[in-house]
Amino acid sequence: MAIDIDTARKVAKLARIRVDEADLPKLAGQLSGILGFMEQLNEVDVTGVEPMTSVTPMRLKRRADVVTDGNQQAAVLKNAPDAREGFFAVPKVVE
Amino acid sequence: MSANTWTIAAARDALRKGEITAVDLTMSCLTAIDAGDGLNAFVHKTPDIALDQARAADVRLAAGDAPAMCGIPLGIKDLFCTKGVPSQAASNILKGFRPEYESTVTARLFGAGAVMLGKLNMDEFAMGSSNETSCYGDVVNPWKVDGRKLTPGGSSGGSASAVAADLCIAATGTDTGGSIRQPAAFTGIVGIKPTYGRVSRWGIVAFASSLDQAGPMTKTVRDAAIMLGAMCGHDAKDSTSADIPVPDFEAALTGDIRGKVIGIPREYRMDGMPDEIEALWQKGIAMLRDAGAVVRDISLPHTKYALPAYYVIAPAEASSNLARYDGVRYGHRAKLSAGDGITEMYEKTRAEGFGPEVQRRVMVGTYVLSAGFYDAYYNRARKVRALIKRDFETVFADGVDAILTPATPSAAFGLGEMSNADPIEMYLNDIFTVTVNLAGLPGIAVPVGLDRQGLPLGLQLIGRPWDEAGLLNHAHVLEKAAGFVAKPDKWW
Repeated sequence: MAIDIDTARKVAKLARIRVDEADLPKLAGQLSGILGFMEQLNEVDVTGVEPMTSVTPMRLKRRADVVTDGNQQAAVLKNAPDAREGFFAVPKVVE
Repeated sequence: MSANTWTIAAARDALRKGEITAVDLTMSCLTAIDAGDGLNAFVHKTPDIALDQARAADVRLAAGDAPAMCGIPLGIKDLFCTKGVPSQAASNILKGFRPEYESTVTARLFGAGAVMLGKLNMDEFAMGSSNETSCYGDVVNPWKVDGRKLTPGGSSGGSASAVAADLCIAATGTDTGGSIRQPAAFTGIVGIKPTYGRVSRWGIVAFASSLDQAGPMTKTVRDAAIMLGAMCGHDAKDSTSADIPVPDFEAALTGDIRGKVIGIPREYRMDGMPDEIEALWQKGIAMLRDAGAVVRDISLPHTKYALPAYYVIAPAEASSNLARYDGVRYGHRAKLSAGDGITEMYEKTRAEGFGPEVQRRVMVGTYVLSAGFYDAYYNRARKVRALIKRDFETVFADGVDAILTPATPSAAFGLGEMSNADPIEMYLNDIFTVTVNLAGLPGIAVPVGLDRQGLPLGLQLIGRPWDEAGLLNHAHVLEKAAGFVAKPDKWW
């Protein structure tokens, strides 16, 4: 399926990656190529096949519902580009 | 021979006998690393940590009950989080990130006394097959046959180059679609991807969580067995980590594969495959047959669809995993203009921080997961994945013990030679390796010969789930029969 420039712009927006208008045609072409390659999957008869959800069939382990970790505010904030007064700081979200 | 050229097994024995100290062994690697900057394999050197760990290892060795990995100097792929040491998955978006925690794999290795020499270059977020997508620049393969600089493969290209050039005794790698096995084959070393769930993924920067596994990259199969043993085991912090016993992999190297059934899948004979690859494969078949194995032609009918299924599933999982790089909690945040809100912060940060291949895969993943296309692409790919896994289950149920295939469709190519190629052409490098990740199986690349130009070529063995022990034994037989001892001439 061919990706047009509008679709490429929309995908970039959904992925939260800024793409310059001038770069959209090239991106659309590359995405079209990759998706075209995936079209081969339509040749396969998948009738009655369940989508694979876990690589190795296993039951997830359970554990007691207790706190095992925490009280690490300084470590959690250590790598933040902008941390203030014990919080992550971001540009204004709500007007 | 200088100690940095030793294997893990040789170094372990020498350390235990007191023929060398861990400090001297580490110094010899640190010297080789400083002389190896031309390869661009080590991107963050940690000599102070290495010497501290080596001194501690010497104390343990002197006390007499040191584990096999005690005092062994390793390179660590940049994908592993190492406490207080830059861990940025070769991406600008994690520039400056120093984790406050240690990955389970590195914690286990260091707990066993291993020494960290530094962090190794790789493709950005492990997305690539030539180590040309790294924010640190290309890694160079120590093998060279003409004026060209060659790729070491990817994504664990720094690990492969460092081990092949004897900058370290061994290295960690990770493998999502072939990222341990393809670079191992391109550099004439051994690399094993274990069964999904054998090694904890906790603290390893995630690419595609249902496909990622870490494994050792080593000079010999015996070394792979020793190091894998130290990396494995159940970890409560990874819910997909298997709670099953870890066998003594080294003890499994009996060299006896008489009566074992080796499957040769006809679908791996690709159109346009170079004669040399076919000849190498035939040579490997003859070696295993001579060792007493029973060789049987098998069919894995959905092989052809593995690559397109992989390139739906891996980007889908990546787009979800990489959503965390938003400029808020760690790593890079773009400089904002007046009036920019949080959406602009996300978009600018991710455009500046991710390289082109990562951006492309995140967008492909976003597309195949988006409303209206989820069933057509993502669910269909997961159904095809179930069929690929079933192909393997069928042949194993029919008595096949291991499967022999080529590791790569060619020898190492020149850096930059694929720069104008379609992204798909680069993806074809993974054609023999992705099936193994999709089915969650263990796979190992073993160097078997040199091509006409004098570059290493490898074969891949694929094992039954959780049978790394048997797989390593088959690989050990192949390695012995091939007698691959060639080393790159030092030019760097």
